[in-house]
Amino acid sequence: MKTYAFIIALTTAAAAAWAAEPIATLRGPTPLVEQGAAPTMPKVSNEDLRRLRNYPEQPPTIPHHIRGYQIDLNANKCLSCHSRRATVDSKAPMVSITHFMNRDGQFLASVSPRRYFCTQCHVTQQVTRPLVGNDFIDIDSVLSDQN
Amino acid sequence: MWSLAKEYWGVIRRPSVHFSLGFLTFGGFIAGIIFWGGFNTALEITNTEAFCVSCHEMYDNVYQELKPTIHYTNRSGVRATCPACHVPHEWTNKIARKMQASKEVWGKIFGTINTREKFLAMRRELAEREWARLKANNSLECRNCHDFGYMDFTRQSPRAASAHEEFLVSGEKTCIDCHKGIAHELPDMTGVPGWQ
Repeated sequence: MKTYAFIIALTTAAAAAWAAEPIATLRGPTPLVEQGAAPTMPKVSNEDLRRLRNYPEQPPTIPHHIRGYQIDLNANKCLSCHSRRATVDSKAPMVSITHFMNRDGQFLASVSPRRYFCTQCHVTQQVTRPLVGNDFIDIDSVLSDQN
Repeated sequence: MWSLAKEYWGVIRRPSVHFSLGFLTFGGFIAGIIFWGGFNTALEITNTEAFCVSCHEMYDNVYQELKPTIHYTNRSGVRATCPACHVPHEWTNKIARKMQASKEVWGKIFGTINTREKFLAMRRELAEREWARLKANNSLECRNCHDFGYMDFTRQSPRAASAHEEFLVSGEKTCIDCHKGIAHELPDMTGVPGWQ
């Protein structure tokens, strides 16, 4: 009986200590029952400079505005600059050769339907501070640190 | 028939018996103001966005597509209405376009695009007509606001500035060649130069 009481007391104390500690959440310090102020909408980064990829397979991020870009069955605004034939005039990087492959690894004449919807993988970046910290380091840094 | 025409010619030709020259002159002058003013007022009413979207064909389709674009809502609140882009601003061309628009009245009466399906089926044809019109007048309706002479390339993004320098300055391309589908959704673009 004494042991039970001790365990209950210990658990209660631990719970109290845990509850007292402020928990960092993405919704901020606003109490649960209240609606916090909406954060301001950050601007889309539009500097037109290629960004470093963190790892070779990363889909490159889009360094410009894509407001109103239509990507559907009728038209693909991205491909009007990034398609193979458009790159001479637009000087945009051509859509990767991997995008011409079907899932069996065979090359098609044009962009494969499964790679047609650009914004599934490629996204714009916003001029804002990240919501959570990130200590990612790329593989080159890992290798050079070991030496 | 001939005798009737002869009789009317006689009436027009003979000096007036009952009305003075002053009455006829000033009366004609005032009637002219009323008719000409009335004509122009009616013309200008047909040249408003409210008139355009009073038909459900325009309100349900193209007007709803315009709303999220930068030509409807933007940071400075300057906006383009339907006639800003679709009707020439200069008088002679405006009248010519209004005469062509009588075909659109025909379309309205016979319900050429009175359902969403009919509209989608005709979208490519309708879009091509507007592209051809803007190509032929060197994108005049764009340039009514976006005057090339006052464009500051240093204020544009590097990408936009270099594209404008290469194609717009040289006159190789006009606005509509690259900026299709900026205010309305695009039709099936198969076979349109520059599109996949």
